[in-house]
Amino acid sequence: MASPMIEARGISRRFGRRWALVDVTLSIPRGSTTLIAGRNGSGKSTLLRVLATAIRPTLGSATIQGHDLVAAQQDVRGSVNLLGHAPYSYDPLSALQNLQIAARFLEIESNEAVLRPLLARVGLEGRRHDPVSSFSAGMRKRLSIARVLLRTLPVTLLDEPYANLDAAGFTLIDDLIRDLHQSGSTVLVASHMVDRVAPICDSAVLLEGGRVASIGTGSAVSERISSNPDKTPPRNEQ
Amino acid sequence: MNQLLAALWKEGLLQWNLRSRFFAVAVFGTTSLLLFSFAIGPSAHALRQYSAGFLWLALLLSSTLTLSESFHAETEHRALEGLLLLQASPRALFYGKAIANWLQLAILGMMLVPIMVVLYDAGTTDLFRLAGIILLGSAGLSAPGTLYAAMVTQARAQQTLLPLLLFPLVVPVLLASVKATSLLILGDPMGQTPSWIGLLLCFNAIYWSLCGLLFGRVVEDS
Repeated sequence: MASPMIEARGISRRFGRRWALVDVTLSIPRGSTTLIAGRNGSGKSTLLRVLATAIRPTLGSATIQGHDLVAAQQDVRGSVNLLGHAPYSYDPLSALQNLQIAARFLEIESNEAVLRPLLARVGLEGRRHDPVSSFSAGMRKRLSIARVLLRTLPVTLLDEPYANLDAAGFTLIDDLIRDLHQSGSTVLVASHMVDRVAPICDSAVLLEGGRVASIGTGSAVSERISSNPDKTPPRNEQ
Repeated sequence: MNQLLAALWKEGLLQWNLRSRFFAVAVFGTTSLLLFSFAIGPSAHALRQYSAGFLWLALLLSSTLTLSESFHAETEHRALEGLLLLQASPRALFYGKAIANWLQLAILGMMLVPIMVVLYDAGTTDLFRLAGIILLGSAGLSAPGTLYAAMVTQARAQQTLLPLLLFPLVVPVLLASVKATSLLILGDPMGQTPSWIGLLLCFNAIYWSLCGLLFGRVVEDS
């Protein structure tokens, strides 16, 4: 049996006195698409940020493609793409310049001719020379998507990918998830839009108060959420 | 090397797009020099004697504005974190930022020299050496300043914290820069200038190597 792409063992993360993640243990198979569901503050974004090495776990350990998150941080970063809440962009610069900076650090071609199709795919071709400071939240999200499209990696983490997007943007994300799945990439999607994402996912993880509440199929998790809509996640303070 | 070039290219783009900020800092530096000249009074001898000190004081005060602003664009939308996640080398990011800050401070220092000449009647014909001292002194301010600016960038009182942390650390650089500039303006019968320049070189070597090593620890989550 092939080793899992992502293996987390007892991951916990604390911010000040509050535990955002508590003892999360997960095993994500290679090439699978997994929904991470849960209410606001349940730890979805923290989990993805820990797996992307943006923040370190306070306790526990995890490996991605066999690389330890802390000990082999740079190797993990070479395997993981993150579409996060933050746009990771420079406001004074244009969309094209932002993409060119990312391309230069990745040491890939950064010519306008090469990057233009990416901006066209996310619907920003006509605004490529405009400063990002003039962009709406949805347009910033589209720029982040273009940044993710710069490289195809074994693992892609999508944190609330539908947030701030219009109907065309929703389709863009649906296509992105499908393309990643078909290319064999392991995809984790943290989203509140369970009914939209669950059907295209192989499995789902429900987080409550930073803990794994259940792991199952997308439809089972979706059912559990809809049967218990008002449950307030417990606070983890000490 | 490619990473450093990418960092320098990024800094070039940012500095060009934020050039109005540089002019604001230049006006601040000029105003500081003007106010210091009022404090001395009309004595031409006293003005000349203290001119080097005031030049570096104006540059030091201006540097806190430049340095603390230099990380604003990096943290506003977590752009720096985004680059780290793209496997960007923290060391390349540091040297890119520090070199950009250095050039900015050096240009500002050179812009303040003619103003000092007019206001303090203090000048030198050895412009090449004066430019060298300004380059070395501003390098000594920019390396630790960039590191500390990165450290305090998330703090609420960053405008207050940065000078509190930076000023004690750069005292040797400031002292050597003032003495070397002063000897150039007032004359150097004992030939002390090379010793002060040597001291500046030593501190620059320490700051630029140590700060480059420490930057990764500062910007990565621990």
